[in-house]
Amino acid sequence: MNHAQKAEIFNKNEAKVNWHDKALWYVREKRDNAAHGVKGWEQLRDLASGVKAHVLSNLDELLIEFETNAQKNGITVHWASNAEEHNKIINKILTEKNAKKVVKSKSMLTEECHLNPYLESKGFEVVDTDLGEYIVQIAKETPSHIVLPAIHKTKEEVDTLFQEHLGTKPSDGNPEYLTNEARKHLRTKFLTADVAITGVNFAIAETGGFVVCTNEGNADMGAHLAKTHIACMGIEKLIPKEAHLGIFLRLLARSATGQPITTYSSHFNKPTEGSEMHIVIVDNGRTEQLSREDFRSSLHCIRCGACMNTCPIYRRSGGHSYDATIPGPIGSILSPGKDLTKHSSLPFASTLCGSCSNVCPVKINIHEQLYKWRQIITKDVEQPVVKKTILKMTGKVFSKPKFYGLAGRSVRFMLKYAPRFLVYSKLNAWGKARELPQIKNGNFDQWYKEKRSK
Amino acid sequence: MRVGLFIPCYINQLYPQVGIATLEVLEKLGVDVYYPSGQTCCGQPLGNSGYEEDAKGACQVFVENFKEYDYIVGPSGSCIYHVKKHFDIIEQTPDVINVRNNAFELCEFIVKILGITDLGASFPYKVGLHKSCHGLRGLHLGSCSERMDAHYSTEEDLLAHVQGLELMSLTRKDECCGFGGTFAVFEEAISVKMGKDRIQDHLNNDVEVITGADHSCLMHLEGLINRNKQPIRVMHIAEILNSSI
Repeated sequence: MNHAQKAEIFNKNEAKVNWHDKALWYVREKRDNAAHGVKGWEQLRDLASGVKAHVLSNLDELLIEFETNAQKNGITVHWASNAEEHNKIINKILTEKNAKKVVKSKSMLTEECHLNPYLESKGFEVVDTDLGEYIVQIAKETPSHIVLPAIHKTKEEVDTLFQEHLGTKPSDGNPEYLTNEARKHLRTKFLTADVAITGVNFAIAETGGFVVCTNEGNADMGAHLAKTHIACMGIEKLIPKEAHLGIFLRLLARSATGQPITTYSSHFNKPTEGSEMHIVIVDNGRTEQLSREDFRSSLHCIRCGACMNTCPIYRRSGGHSYDATIPGPIGSILSPGKDLTKHSSLPFASTLCGSCSNVCPVKINIHEQLYKWRQIITKDVEQPVVKKTILKMTGKVFSKPKFYGLAGRSVRFMLKYAPRFLVYSKLNAWGKARELPQIKNGNFDQWYKEKRSK
Repeated sequence: MRVGLFIPCYINQLYPQVGIATLEVLEKLGVDVYYPSGQTCCGQPLGNSGYEEDAKGACQVFVENFKEYDYIVGPSGSCIYHVKKHFDIIEQTPDVINVRNNAFELCEFIVKILGITDLGASFPYKVGLHKSCHGLRGLHLGSCSERMDAHYSTEEDLLAHVQGLELMSLTRKDECCGFGGTFAVFEEAISVKMGKDRIQDHLNNDVEVITGADHSCLMHLEGLINRNKQPIRVMHIAEILNSSI
């Protein structure tokens, strides 16, 4: 099913769509208020974009610098060219450590690599400790948003889910009660975990350290209690210097949730005595995206999710309608680079309104890249015959004023005189919920000829 | 100053009254305005659908029609944006460059080039302004709610001088209406939902007439209003600026 079909299903329940739209619009407004509180917000975006462009231009050297410094600090660095290698590296570490239980904090990269099902197939217990991630994990779903993974679920739905999985009492969706129950359950998981896996928000080339931002403190809890900490990062997560954190930490949480900063911005620099720290640096298609000039800046992304919260389509179609690890506008320019055919409907799931590009803290020209992907998709992916034929013929008609004049007259004649059942047939998607324009007697050309011909 | 009047295809065929109002407004302002015959389309529907290559003929026709004018003015932000932004697919001859540089959306032309905001119009209704995305975020006709810039709006500057007009404030000031060209058909469910939500915002804020500088959005909203028989109507901003009620 393509995006439009999934979106149509999501829209069968209008009350839920309204709820989903309002919940995310609330976050968008919080973001606006938070950004208004920062003097020079737009300059900060320019800076962030500039730093990221610099990183992408010097990625080779910065990655080596990061590796060298991380090793100096006693961190073991691994390189994975794809998801499979990433998963194997983690399997190897877990096996060497004789680990059984793994706690994970939020990491879109491990979602991208499908790490959970892989580790489970090898017999490891993997628990997602971010509350939203935990909810989608026990529901056997995928995150529908990169910052708010369970935003598609109402609190009542979470209540039912917890009753099934945690044996909670019915609470009418009481968030405090449910969160406390999840916390109790997760506490034992933290205390008994052998290995903690986290993502990375920013990796600093200059120091070899990295920063993980969470609101629940679950990354710290996992990393401090387990003897081994594995951090997974895409190659684009680098920033050159620690001082650059001042730009990105100002932007990240404000863009994501409207908070001035995440509750925890945890700096990891070296393992404590008696424990181990590993970093897995993953390519998985990023170098290829880097080679595409028109789409390179999509790698600026710091995964704040602001483009999702502002996107009027995302808010009304839900994250799962995109059928991709990263949904929404940014996902729609990243995913086609991974599998053009599978994700070919995503760049069309937009009106090109441009709101995504405006909120993006690292100034990715998302809507322009959507336009560019469309041009590639119509050439490289088989298109529905009717759509293709109509548009190609339209191109011919527009290139010849005489054809155009004739076509205009025919369309107006048909709209005016054809019986309603014919005009509003099943083939007319416009007319399903909308009236067509009422036809006037003549067009502007005719009026001008009669009234103004000089 | 010779101005070429650009009447977008759908306005020519379906909304001649918008073309007439545009021409009359420009004439009232004393502009030396011409309407080149043989206009077709700027090619936007093709480009936005991924068939930019097939729009090259339309682009050439457009340039041929307008190359001799000092300014090209049209009552549709998205079409003008397409000319300025996406006519990079044909060879950049001096004519093409001139046409791209000198294409203006009607409101922007009146305010920026002519330096006029009071057209002496009167329109005693409660009006809601739909800030169409391509005009707003593409042509920068106004400040956008996402950006932390100082507030300005080309259309509001013009509407503020229309006698009797009461400009109503909206809850979501510049959210997309969901038209999006062929998006309206290929993503029908979301397009319709977005349009319904936009209309409801105007209704909730007591708007009697929704206006804007891009009639394609208004066509989509009008289709919904007429189907659902809602007590509100749409009018292009040129029609309001041309009113003396």
